[in-house]
Amino acid sequence: MIPEIFQYEFMQKAFAAGLLSGMSCSVVGVLVVTMRISTVGICISHAGFAGALFGLLLDLNYLATAFVFSLVAAAVVGPLADRAEFAPETSVGILFSAMLGLAFLFIGLMPGSRTSALDLFWGSILTVTRGDLLLLAIIAAILLILLLMFFKEVQAVLCHRSVALAVGIPASAVFYGMLILLGATVTASLKSVGGLLIYSLIINPAAAAYQVTYSLRKLFFFSALFGVLVCWGGLLISYVLDIPSGAAIVLLSTLLVAALTLYSPKKRGAMTGWTRTDQRD
Amino acid sequence: MHTGGQVKQREYGRTAVFLNSVTAAYGRHVAMENVTLSVHRGDFLGIIGPNGAGKTTLLTVVNGLAKVISGNAQILGEPLSRKNVNALRKKIGYVPQIQEIDPLLPINVRDSVLVGCYGRLGFFRRVPKALLEKTETLLGLVGLSRLGDRPLGHLSGGEKQRVAIARALLQEPEILLLDEPCASLDWKAQKEILVLIQELHNRLRLTTLMVTHDLNSLPQVCTRMAFMKGGRLIWEGEAAQALSGSRLSELYDTGITIASHEGKPVLLY
Repeated sequence: MIPEIFQYEFMQKAFAAGLLSGMSCSVVGVLVVTMRISTVGICISHAGFAGALFGLLLDLNYLATAFVFSLVAAAVVGPLADRAEFAPETSVGILFSAMLGLAFLFIGLMPGSRTSALDLFWGSILTVTRGDLLLLAIIAAILLILLLMFFKEVQAVLCHRSVALAVGIPASAVFYGMLILLGATVTASLKSVGGLLIYSLIINPAAAAYQVTYSLRKLFFFSALFGVLVCWGGLLISYVLDIPSGAAIVLLSTLLVAALTLYSPKKRGAMTGWTRTDQRD
Repeated sequence: MHTGGQVKQREYGRTAVFLNSVTAAYGRHVAMENVTLSVHRGDFLGIIGPNGAGKTTLLTVVNGLAKVISGNAQILGEPLSRKNVNALRKKIGYVPQIQEIDPLLPINVRDSVLVGCYGRLGFFRRVPKALLEKTETLLGLVGLSRLGDRPLGHLSGGEKQRVAIARALLQEPEILLLDEPCASLDWKAQKEILVLIQELHNRLRLTTLMVTHDLNSLPQVCTRMAFMKGGRLIWEGEAAQALSGSRLSELYDTGITIASHEGKPVLLY
């Protein structure tokens, strides 16, 4: 039963989309989770979603409007998260709900059939086109190349933001660069994963990977691996059980985080043995 | 102000930090007001004063992290501006106050120290072997040789402070800024860190500015001292002259007496 699903072209494309979306979303997820800017990430990804619906409503290129909306959100919420002196949760939360409100407004205003709008809501990984895959591949390649090129700066800003600034790294430029990458990734993955579900694919694999390693390099690797595995696993489950693929992917990724949090080698390491005996004060 | 006359008398060329009537703010809150101060190359300046006196702000004016709203600052002979702030920061090591670190943070001690040289290295350059070796030497110097692979979040407060010092030194700075490097450490760790700082200051011929509440250790490590209160610099001069009971009592609004123990001044409060 399983091998036969790979005979369908739409399934081959869906698995390719799962590979590319799962990898890029979970890699940007590492940036979001390590910097503890989950609310900012939620806000930017939902802005992209609202932007895509805005594009559909006005018959514009929805990818372009999604990207512009996510950039505007990054420009608005970035400085809020940038200021260390106050927690941005409230203001970012307000913006997030405003974005969701806009998304519902745009879909409500749409005349006629709303199939493509609903695809953007729930995601439609089974109907991705070659063009969608090409865009996903380009964004994934840009993401990986930039991360490899600027790894030391990214590590400094992720783990030591204020130190990075003090040693002369243009930390704000690196920070906003990462938010732009988040916006681009969300835009490219909207069609396959869907606006309401994309955030779980950003945050869950990274949160799961966070439980298994202290090395940033391995964190990126495990997060990407988990992202791809939950996409493929979700597709298989949806095929076998005949349930929506987006829901299967999200729930599988949630189960993965829950399991790894319960059995985290990092937490076990902290409770038994070397950390406690070696700490001196 | 006491300092004004002194500043004029000093040679300009040997000045590492020169602040001219600098006022700095966080948002709308003015944290430091009209401070004029000159620090020579090789000086070890201790900065003391009650909480909220503007001591940390003074340090962050020097490395361009604070917002200067009036006056001007010259650092290492260059006027501090938005254009050259990143270039200047590469020459200034900064050890901020101990901060909480997420125990799960994905960085180990060695990588955390290495961040110190990333600004100087610039984009697109890998860390050369010489700097990797220097990192190991510095880890040894601050007593963390065995802990290079340990996740940073697993260290104790004193160990984290040593990491921050090693990181600032890997930067090969000309100026070292230390913000309460001994706060919340036990007595032994305080003493060890102070000895380490003093040794490094002398060996590497640094210009050091250190904010502290530990008044007893200051006369031994500092060459000069600055007193701050309510955002203003109220006294600056030779460390040996700083220990006056009445001056310190006025600074802290509490009675401070200076006693002598084996020839060393000891503060009683």
